[in-house]
Formats: sequence, structure tokens, C-alpha cells
Amino acid sequence: MSVLQALDIGLAALVLALAVWTIFAREVFAAVVGYVAYGLLLSIVWVRLFAVDVALTEAAIGSGVTGVLLIGAAARLREAREAEAAEHPSEPQRFWAMVLCALVTLALAAVVLLLPDPAPTLAPQASQHLAETGLGNPVTAVLIAYRAFDTMLEKVVLVLAIVGVWSLAPDRFWGGAPGEPRAVHPEPTLAFLAQILAPLGILVGIHIFWAGADGPGGAFQGGAILAAMWMIVMMAKLGEAPPVRALWLRLALVAGPAVFLAAGVAGIGVASGFFAYPAGFAKPLILFIEAFMTLTIAVTLPMLVAGPPRRAPRR
Amino acid sequence: MNAATLAGLTGAAIVGLGLYGLITHPQPLRKILAFNLIGSGVFLLFGIIARRGAASGFAADPVPQAMVITGIVVAFAASALAIALVLRLFDETGRVTLRPEAWMKPPGNGADSE
Repeated sequence: MSVLQALDIGLAALVLALAVWTIFAREVFAAVVGYVAYGLLLSIVWVRLFAVDVALTEAAIGSGVTGVLLIGAAARLREAREAEAAEHPSEPQRFWAMVLCALVTLALAAVVLLLPDPAPTLAPQASQHLAETGLGNPVTAVLIAYRAFDTMLEKVVLVLAIVGVWSLAPDRFWGGAPGEPRAVHPEPTLAFLAQILAPLGILVGIHIFWAGADGPGGAFQGGAILAAMWMIVMMAKLGEAPPVRALWLRLALVAGPAVFLAAGVAGIGVASGFFAYPAGFAKPLILFIEAFMTLTIAVTLPMLVAGPPRRAPRR
Repeated sequence: MNAATLAGLTGAAIVGLGLYGLITHPQPLRKILAFNLIGSGVFLLFGIIARRGAASGFAADPVPQAMVITGIVVAFAASALAIALVLRLFDETGRVTLRPEAWMKPPGNGADSE
């Protein structure tokens, strides 16, 4: 067994152990912390699968931003009464649930072991037209060129999620700001961390967005890092979330899908069809769309974490 | 066994674990956590399909990778909405149970958090 194989097996064992911990831990908070660690280790598994773009997304969104969301929720629900005994499933119910889940796992494992050989792949097609997009990263080409419509609709999902979260605001807070207000005397350790980390993180986020055209990275990963930096500033209470009725906020939330859709519709006139890009002009157009998508992601993720408005708007 | 198959089997086990948590945990937040676990297991299965589809000089098929990236973002958006619903329920009533009988008491008796 080579060193790399031993590392793979150790990594898989750690990931599985953390998944078991996430499900069976007694305390909600412990389970959430386990899940964050699980997400970080999972991103190393993605590197081992040679999917660095996915690894970056998993680390930034799957583990990082989701982790902040879950930890915040677990902290607020701490005073909630523990589930009543009547709600816990009985012993036979748990047994049969375990049998069902074992069967699902066995079926999936069989599928994994019996996958067809040679494996079906779209890599040749993706490679064939990569030159026309002017991009070097095939994953970005799939996201913004080949399957552009999917990615645009996925941005619309983010807008719908924001509408859903905001509509949970009590009437008296509508139009106000979510989250905690800015502190007069922020906690010094957190403030120091935010002051050191945020400027560097913003540079890294913009770099990852820009580098995504040719290497691992892109709008999702860069936007998520920018979002994390804004969240750190808000957590340190050096800044606060804007009121949800702010016009600039609403424009930033829809900028990504709006620009994307406009570029897609423009394709009917200046190129061969809906979501087609004009030949020779694809790369600048793709980067233009991606810039607005990065902005939308960087604003949407922290606002989703901040939740519905919790303070009455200032008159 | 190569790294891709190992990751696929890990994904299969994670889906089973997550499903078990989703069925047996009474608290909504634990259910959301379990649901996220199922999701990441499914993404890992996409990962092995991408890795096996390595061709034309790419180490992995880019199409499943792009689908996983959109999937991670949509999963986050769904979790954020679910958590906002749970927190609103808690703010209104002081409890977060999903047991239907708990909500069938006469009004005024609903906010019996203490």
C-alpha cells in the first residue's frame, strides 16, 4: 500500500467518523461543530478527486458559510426545551430505520462498484469547444457557457430564498435591518481578527474570481470568500447588516441574475440564439457576467445568514 | 481500490447515515443537519462519476463538477430558509417541536415554553 492510499483510507475513515458524530452526538451544538469539521475534511476528499473547484466551494459554502448559519441557529435555540420523550422514536422504529438506511447504503455501494466501464463522459465535448469560449477552466465554461441557463436559474433560487427569509419578518420590523447592530466598543480580539483578515480576504476573493477563468476558482468560490469577509466584519460588530429596504442592497441582490439574463436575451440578437455568446467576444462577456454574479453571491450569502429583519426601521 | 471508488463508498455510507438522522431525530435543526449530510453524500457520488469520466486531458469530467457546485449553493439557500422558519417558530411560540399533537391545544396555551 502506498503512502497516498493509506492517507486516502485514513481520510475516508475520519470523514465517516465525523458524519457518525454529527448524527449521534447528544448535543445539537456538538453535532454542528462536528459538521463544520466534516465539511473541511470533505473538501480534501474533493481535492483527491481532482475537483479543486468543488473543493473550494465545499470549503467556503458547504462548510464555512453553512457552519456560521448552523452555529448561530444552535446558539439561539439553546434555550429551547429539549425534545419531549414522546417525540423520540421507539426502539423498533429506530431498528427498522436503521435497516432501511443500511439497505440504501448497500444499494448505493453496489451502484458505485458496478458503474459501467468505460465510464460515460462529456469531457471530450467540453474540451472540443473550450477554445471558442476563450476560457482555460472547463468547469467555468460549463457553468457560464454550456449550461448557462441552469446557472442563471440557480441565481434566481438565491433571490427566492432571500424573499422567503425576509417574508418571515414580523410586521413591525419590516424594512428594518437583520442581525446585531454595530457595537460602540467591539470585542477587541474579534475586531483585531476582522481588521487583519478582511482586507486580505477581499484580495483573495477577487483573485479567485479572476483566476477562475483559467484555473480553479470562479464566481461562486470568489463570491463566497467575499461573503465570509463581510460576515467576519459583522460578527466582530465593526459593521452591521443594511436595512432590507435599502435600494442598493436590493439592486446588488438581483444584479447577477439580471445581467446574466440580459446577456442571454441579447444572444438572440447578436449571436446564434438564447444564451449564445458572439464569437470572439465570449471571454470578456463571461467575465462581465461573472463579476456581477460574484457581487450577488457576496451580498446574498451574508444576508441569508443574517436572517429576517429583527429591528424596526429608522424613520 | 482507488481514491475515487473509496470516495464513492464513503458517499454511500454518508447518505445512509444522514437518512437515519433525518428519520430518527425529533429536533428540526438536527433534521436540517442530517439533510445536509445526505446532500453531501450525493455530491460525493457525483464526484466519483466525474473522476471516472476523466478524458481529453481533464482529470475529471467538468459537467458533474459544475452540477455539484450549483448543488452546494442551492443546498445552502434551502438550509438558510429552513433555519429561518425554525427560528421564527421558536420566536413565536418558544418551542420547536414537530409533533402535531403539540399544536392542537386550545389557543393561549400554545406558548408554554416554561
